[in-house]
Amino acid sequence: MEDMKEIIKDYVIKEYVEDDTELTYDSPLISGGIVDSFSMVSLKRFLENKYNISIPDDKATPEAFDSVNKICLLVNDYLK
Amino acid sequence: MAYTDKTRGMYTEVLTNLKDAGLFKQERYIHSAQAADIEVEFPSGASLKKVINICANNYLGLSSHPEVVKAAHAGLDSHGYGMSSVRFICGTQDIHRTLEQMVTKFLGTEDTILFPSCMDANAGVFEAVLTKDDVMISDRLVHASIIDGIRLCSAMHDTFKHSDMGHLEEKLQLHNDKRLKMVITDGVFSMDGDTAKLDKMVELCEKYDALLFVDDSHSSGFIGKTGRGTHELCGVMGKIDIITTTFGKGLGGASGGCVSGRKELVEMCRQKARPYLFSNTIAPPVVAGVIKVLEILSASTDRRDKLEKNTAFWRKGLLDAGLIIKDGDTPIVPVMLFNAKLAQDVSRDLYDEGIYAIGFFFPVVPQGAARIRTQISAGHEIHHLEKALEAFRKVGKKYNILGKTKQEIIDMYGM
Repeated sequence: MEDMKEIIKDYVIKEYVEDDTELTYDSPLISGGIVDSFSMVSLKRFLENKYNISIPDDKATPEAFDSVNKICLLVNDYLK
Repeated sequence: MAYTDKTRGMYTEVLTNLKDAGLFKQERYIHSAQAADIEVEFPSGASLKKVINICANNYLGLSSHPEVVKAAHAGLDSHGYGMSSVRFICGTQDIHRTLEQMVTKFLGTEDTILFPSCMDANAGVFEAVLTKDDVMISDRLVHASIIDGIRLCSAMHDTFKHSDMGHLEEKLQLHNDKRLKMVITDGVFSMDGDTAKLDKMVELCEKYDALLFVDDSHSSGFIGKTGRGTHELCGVMGKIDIITTTFGKGLGGASGGCVSGRKELVEMCRQKARPYLFSNTIAPPVVAGVIKVLEILSASTDRRDKLEKNTAFWRKGLLDAGLIIKDGDTPIVPVMLFNAKLAQDVSRDLYDEGIYAIGFFFPVVPQGAARIRTQISAGHEIHHLEKALEAFRKVGKKYNILGKTKQEIIDMYGM
């Protein structure tokens, strides 16, 4: 779980953060304006490719993607 | 629903909040034709003031060119005022098709379709040519009209960091399983005045079998050796699948836009693009004016050559004065002030000095990137630019920003 958190956090930083904003596992990604709704698609596709899962579109909500911790919970649901 | 006091109060509160936040837009009434020298009423009710305009998209100085005005008059006489119909019912005249063919030749594409505006072209094109099986990959700084068009399209959408070709390649790899991939960019970015790396983008699109879309609204008529646009500048004419552009900026400045590119994609727009299907096209006198504009620009590069010289003079003058500008060589020259209030104050003081230039700040540009966006025209003479530089030096001295670094300005005024 810790590995997954770190992998996702690193991806979010590399993909979306263009200044010195610091990110924690609980930082609000969508509601905090770090990831815009347009760009969520690449995060979803990254998770699907990385963990070999398929996340239904209706589960890939801004709420479910709003922090690294929440994303890990979502991914774990589909890893089972 | 009746327009109740409660409803009125709700909107009044929203508008008041906009004013309180400094985001309320106020129009300035110009009493003359659009040109380098204009007469402005501002604020409303004030006496007219003669100012030099350095914030118009009138790049080629054609907005009030006598030959263009004469052609529009002739078009009005020969083809009337309006069409009272959309194109496919009874709203297409011979001159509409003539203009489409002239744009096709000018841009070096296969075919062209006119739209009431480039905003409409961008709103309609993606939905017309893509489906839910496809993906659109856009630069993160594309124009708002493209974002609106993307929202109206069922295809998947992703973004790449501004002008970051490595990031674009990653995205093309990530979405390689989609039926069609379309890379979307502005040719010249309107806020920063920088130019898309179309040569690299064409390479990547060829490597990953993707379509390339370019909005050349801030380029058509003057970027590239003969003014064809960013595709000419980057040596990739004939390799852009879709170009959208406007006739509301360099190409006469009136109104109208188009989608120009692969003939099948243009035909898809003719069959499916909603702003084309459900709205009248460009009015006959404007069509006649744009035809004249293209004749002028096809006959000589004098105007774009003058614009290039004016731009070089202006950029050097601002740098020599000790102001910070965005790098580049386009006629969009942002003078960076970083702080929103400072940008508003400088704009107001420039106006007092007879120079009309507007401050841009968040949310139009990122927080801490407030600026005065200046735009140079072939309609400017050197004396206009010298007077404007003198005003910038005077106002810059007042605010103690000449020769200062970004950090020094931020230290004085904040972000």
